[in-house]
Amino acid sequence: MLNYFVTRLFRAVLTILLVMTFAFVVLRLSGDPASILLGPDAPTDSIAAFRARWGLDDPLWKQYLAYLKSIAQLDFGVSMRDRSPAIDLVLERVPATLALTVPTLLIQLGVGIPAGVYAALHRESVADRGVIMLSIFGFTIPSFVMGLVLVLVFAVTLGWLPSGGQDSWQHAILPIATMSVGGIGILARFSRSAMIEVMGQPYIRTAMAKGLSWRDVVWKHALPNASVPIVTIVGFMVGSLIAGAVVVESIFSWPGIGRLLIVSVSNRDLAVVQCLLLVIASAMVIANLCVDFAYGLLDPRLRAKAAAH
Amino acid sequence: MSYVSIRDLKVSFDGVQVLHGINLDVAKGEALGLVGESGCGKSVTWLAALGLLPGKATVSGSVTVEGQQLIGTGRAAVEGVRGGKVAMIFQDPSSSLNPVRTVGHQIGESLRLHRGMDRRAGRIEAVRLLDMVGIPGASKRVDLYPHEFSGGQCQRVMIAMALAGAPDLLIADEPTTALDATIQAQILDLLATLRRETGMGMVFISHDLGAVGAICDRVHVMYAGRIVESGAIGPMFDAPRHPYTRGLFDAIPRLDGTRDRLIPIHGTVPDPRHMPQGCAFAPRCAKAQAFCNSDVPALKPQQDGRQLACFYPVTAPATGTAATDERLPA
Ligand SMILES: Nc1ncnc2c1ncn2[C@@H]1O[C@H](COP(=O)(O)OP(=O)(O)OP(=O)(O)O)[C@@H](O)[C@H]1O
Ligand SMILES: [Mg+2]
Repeated sequence: MLNYFVTRLFRAVLTILLVMTFAFVVLRLSGDPASILLGPDAPTDSIAAFRARWGLDDPLWKQYLAYLKSIAQLDFGVSMRDRSPAIDLVLERVPATLALTVPTLLIQLGVGIPAGVYAALHRESVADRGVIMLSIFGFTIPSFVMGLVLVLVFAVTLGWLPSGGQDSWQHAILPIATMSVGGIGILARFSRSAMIEVMGQPYIRTAMAKGLSWRDVVWKHALPNASVPIVTIVGFMVGSLIAGAVVVESIFSWPGIGRLLIVSVSNRDLAVVQCLLLVIASAMVIANLCVDFAYGLLDPRLRAKAAAH
Repeated sequence: MSYVSIRDLKVSFDGVQVLHGINLDVAKGEALGLVGESGCGKSVTWLAALGLLPGKATVSGSVTVEGQQLIGTGRAAVEGVRGGKVAMIFQDPSSSLNPVRTVGHQIGESLRLHRGMDRRAGRIEAVRLLDMVGIPGASKRVDLYPHEFSGGQCQRVMIAMALAGAPDLLIADEPTTALDATIQAQILDLLATLRRETGMGMVFISHDLGAVGAICDRVHVMYAGRIVESGAIGPMFDAPRHPYTRGLFDAIPRLDGTRDRLIPIHGTVPDPRHMPQGCAFAPRCAKAQAFCNSDVPALKPQQDGRQLACFYPVTAPATGTAATDERLPA
């Protein structure tokens, strides 16, 4: 068991390291921060000074080693733009992003799973067909389209809700609604098929043959089994949640890490982008660790496999 | 009066009829065998009786347990019968147990439901039951999960779980098909012993006529969704009268015989979507006449107490020996 977690942890660290390396290399190969930050008409000597100041003239491997060394000392660099520590810029934005993503995830779970389970238990009913149609709609419509439509309807036409900014809780409604839709669709679809699959298993027939009420069969036998595949998809959804935040924060001018990422990338503010990617990668890795841990709790067969590692 | 009484039970899946009116009675404490080729509807009969078929199945007819109607009377009626009056164990023991619950929990569930035990008493009783069905080290293994048991042990756990409800009747649906030969014998032995000790009735569904002969009092032979012959074990084994039954019994290798004495039934079971117009067995039957292809024979009581659905049955021999002689190749 312990071994299992050590392996998982090792894999997690390796994942983060890979993301960091990839980001480092791509960022440095895809454009010169000096000319972007200082402008195309900047005098050559100030560009040279800038490059020397940020160590951009060193060979890539040397820059990379220096980067790793500072990370190991928990130094995440400073912004090339305003010289403040990158980590502060990032952490300052995290609460705003959490204020969108946490409610979104809760809504996705709270609506998507019950809808899917209900549809599975009432197959071929009107409700089932409705859930299938809405969920296809939910995960095929791109979030920027969804966001713009919502703004058009609720902000521009009806004037009920603000279209951007972060001044009150009403400002969060449209962004959260926009982000929730896709995940609800995916979860409903997935919970439905997981539940249908489980309800067809012989052990459900056994539970019924025992004399348990329908309710107990569903709650005590079907749902615990269906939760294993559902948890997997929830783990994946954390990644798409962050991707969704990038889009939605831009549409609604929400000052979270998604918008910071876009601004920093277009400015080639290397330290900030790297720091952001590190935080995002860590969040996803932690989400995956949680999923692995939940697996162990939910399914004794996986627990046994884990112990055998 | 019979304990379970099935009348004109019909089942179809998506418009394809697979049971064509089953009539069957089980007396209290009786052991009844149900035999027939794969796909003839043995499992569906009992799954339909207990309301365990998937939603796409259409069921009609009547099933009563102690006079209580189960078909078309709502969930509560059938839930009141399942487990406590009629329990069922299945063909594939390993996938019939819930993989994420301990076996103790799954047995305990029945004990709480049918015998009103609390968790603690349930656990003690679960250990006793596991011990009774022959799980070694029951007190430790009660907390293990199904994947930690072998197929044969899973079937023992299923049997323990069925016994937990103290049912009057156990439906054992090919309880040994998925197991290897030595384990099969052990499970059959266990079922026979339990029946002797508890006086519980049993419906034993099997391909294994030898096992049916050893365990049951009466046997019903099914073919393509109908019962074609039924009667007490002795006469049925000595003198099968339906050509299909005859073929089945001839297929049992006898200790004194050699392989060339076996008379196999040629051809295959008809597809439920394209059933012959007359007797379903006619296309495979050596004795079939033109009439057999146009009319369906009804199941009729015979003088010797058995029931038979055949226009041209194998002639009744005077004695058991004659039947054996008749089986000799000409
Ligand atoms: N869930 C189902 N959906 C559709 N058809 C089914 C279903 N269950 C059974 N059938 C059909 O009903 C018929 C009877 O099946 P049943 O399982 O009762 O056979 P059986 O006599 O128990 O055979 P076996 O010895 O293989 O268990 C078969 O033609 C089968 O294809
Ligand atoms: Mg069967």
